[in-house]
Amino acid sequence: MTTKKPLPVDLTDEQIDEFGREMEAIYDDIMQSRGESDRQYILGLIRTQRSMALIGRLFMYAGLFFLPAWPHAMAGWTATLLIMGLGTFMLGIAKILENMEIAHNVLHAQWDWMKDPDIQSNTWEWDTMSPSDRWMHSHNVVHHTWTNVLEKDLDVGYGIMRVTPLQEWHPKYLPQPVYFLLLMLFFEEGVALHEQALIDVVEGRKKASEFKPLAKRIGRKIWGQVRKDYIMWPGLAALVAVPISFFVPESPLLVFALVAGANFIANIMRNIWAFMIIFCGHFPEGVYNFTPDQVEGESRGQWYLRQLLGSANITGGSLFHVLSGNLSHQIEHHLFPDMCSNRYPEASQRVRAVAARYGLPYNRASLWRQFGTTWLKNLRLAFPGGKPQPEVARA
Amino acid sequence: MVAPDQQTPDPTTWRQKLSDVLDMFAFPLRTSHYVELVNPLWSTHQMQAQVVEVWDETKDARTITLRPGVNWRLNRPGQHVRIGIPVEGRHYTRTYTISSPPERNDDCFTITVKIIDGGRVSKHIVRNIKVGDYLPIGLPQGDFYLPDASPIQPLFITAGSGITPAMSMIRSLVAQERLPDTVHIHYAPHEFDVIFSKELRQLAAEKKQYHLHEVHTQELGEQKQTQGYFSEEQLETLCPDWKERDCYACGPPGLLAALEDLYEKAGLSRRLHVERFRADFAEIPNNAVGGKVRFAQSNRDVDADSETNLLRVAEDAGMNPPHGCRMGICHTCNTRLLSGCVRDLRTGEVLNESGAIVQTCVCAAAGDCELDL
Repeated sequence: MTTKKPLPVDLTDEQIDEFGREMEAIYDDIMQSRGESDRQYILGLIRTQRSMALIGRLFMYAGLFFLPAWPHAMAGWTATLLIMGLGTFMLGIAKILENMEIAHNVLHAQWDWMKDPDIQSNTWEWDTMSPSDRWMHSHNVVHHTWTNVLEKDLDVGYGIMRVTPLQEWHPKYLPQPVYFLLLMLFFEEGVALHEQALIDVVEGRKKASEFKPLAKRIGRKIWGQVRKDYIMWPGLAALVAVPISFFVPESPLLVFALVAGANFIANIMRNIWAFMIIFCGHFPEGVYNFTPDQVEGESRGQWYLRQLLGSANITGGSLFHVLSGNLSHQIEHHLFPDMCSNRYPEASQRVRAVAARYGLPYNRASLWRQFGTTWLKNLRLAFPGGKPQPEVARA
Repeated sequence: MVAPDQQTPDPTTWRQKLSDVLDMFAFPLRTSHYVELVNPLWSTHQMQAQVVEVWDETKDARTITLRPGVNWRLNRPGQHVRIGIPVEGRHYTRTYTISSPPERNDDCFTITVKIIDGGRVSKHIVRNIKVGDYLPIGLPQGDFYLPDASPIQPLFITAGSGITPAMSMIRSLVAQERLPDTVHIHYAPHEFDVIFSKELRQLAAEKKQYHLHEVHTQELGEQKQTQGYFSEEQLETLCPDWKERDCYACGPPGLLAALEDLYEKAGLSRRLHVERFRADFAEIPNNAVGGKVRFAQSNRDVDADSETNLLRVAEDAGMNPPHGCRMGICHTCNTRLLSGCVRDLRTGEVLNESGAIVQTCVCAAAGDCELDL
């Protein structure tokens, strides 16, 4: 099979097919070797993450016992903020681990092979505002099948940004550096509203009433999240603070605000981190975008090739990889989306070697280079023009 | 003192409301997911049991003592329980008969597992499960148990690990000190293959009303065919009054089939109670064949070959099941296998666990199967 317009590589169709077969061999090898140690990895990670979230929240509470109004010697703002800050940091890390390395990968069905009824892609609900099944559709189906294809992959600019010169410039893209910042801070909310149906309503292709049932579902999930972080946990603290305030002159309102604020910071921390890692996946310098006529009638080998050219990896240590949900191995994640993430590092070694043999680029650099070029590109493409991607991708 | 006419709040709704509020702190999980971190036995979303003791009954059968978590319900003797077992990272669910009586007073129960030839899960339980492991469990189920009230004279016919439900019943009757006149015929290959042999023989020696007949089929040599396996003559010899007794039987399909024939001929089918082992799956022939696919929710039966993916089969039958990439990566088409067998076209791996997740776009029928679509 050949596409109408070839992919930007100087390989023959036979070579591309062979490349696809090599990718499949790597996939088969690793998938067959999954076993007990992989199960221990995910179970241990889930235990660690949940413990961390709980201990983080308890630290926030513990910090309240050091407010300046307490009569003991250690009381004071420094101690309070230090302890609450530690709790906030732990909760933030726990949320990052949950969203990135656990939920994202569970929802990709990476752990379905274990058949563990508690860790299944169709029953897992994650700690973010977007309902799992909605996200699975917009992400697993739309984004992973149509990676970096204009007009097909909703993630190309998320409908509000110009991320490649292949997109025609329009004055609406002028404020995109501002969108970039706002999306970074409120990534969670952005993901929850990342729906084709909503775009259709905004652009007048659908009536608002058609979006209503879906909006209700998303709304329920958002309410559950807001209730937990901004009503239940701060509320409980304030409730306990009421009787205590008769002996320790400290306002229960302040207690409420402190806990709610700490939760807010933990959420923002997760938003910024998730945004940085995810934007480094497909937008840094050197990543390729495609037009619909390049993927029509695409073969399996061409599909693999597109995933390789359309994704970028981030280098770092093993802790960094875990915190990034192994999306630092974005290329491998796109080649093998249902391979359990703890195996991406070993797949990466082999994919890199294959890419080198075929003379194909393998986009891999530090977080600062990848995020820096993403940001610069965002600034540049707010204006007309922009550097077109090379005609032929070479390593 | 509470006045008798005063309405006391229903504890279940009160408790339910409290747990609903507590769950709001753990959204989208449940509080139980965090309680589990402290002690898995306290979790309420998935009951767990801890292995507290293991004991080899014979060279290939082991009794495992389990301490169940909260919300456990006492078993009736003869009932079975579902247990989840991880083997090489994969989760399997198997059903095992509880071999201990409910009268046991340490809140534990036991299962007794024998290695099936080529059985990966049974081998794993017998050889690899360690004291301290946690296993997910279900509640005791099954209708193979003695009636509570009516005084019956039981005849137990058991073979191999089929002894487990009978053992639970006998132990329970002994613990309640109401063991009636009982005949027990048990088949095992050799003397040392008899599970619970020591306890049974001791019981036979101590209790006049318990009559144990062990048949060691492999030790009979030439006479194995005539005297070893179950027959009407043998039953007449060992238990002449079998027609007056209620028979509780558990063992391999051959034995149960022979018993059913006999009782039907005698017009006594209602006196026979049988418990089967899990039905064996048919062997998959080397040249793969398709089969009848049943879509349970749509109530449709379709014939399928061994290479057309099940998503296509469903669509050709006029259905529109959920699907996405049609290449096995997005898992939108995941559904559950209710029974039967499918083959993953990518790996050639055969799925035959009921409840297994099936990606319909890359799986084909491997014999008859039933899907939750």
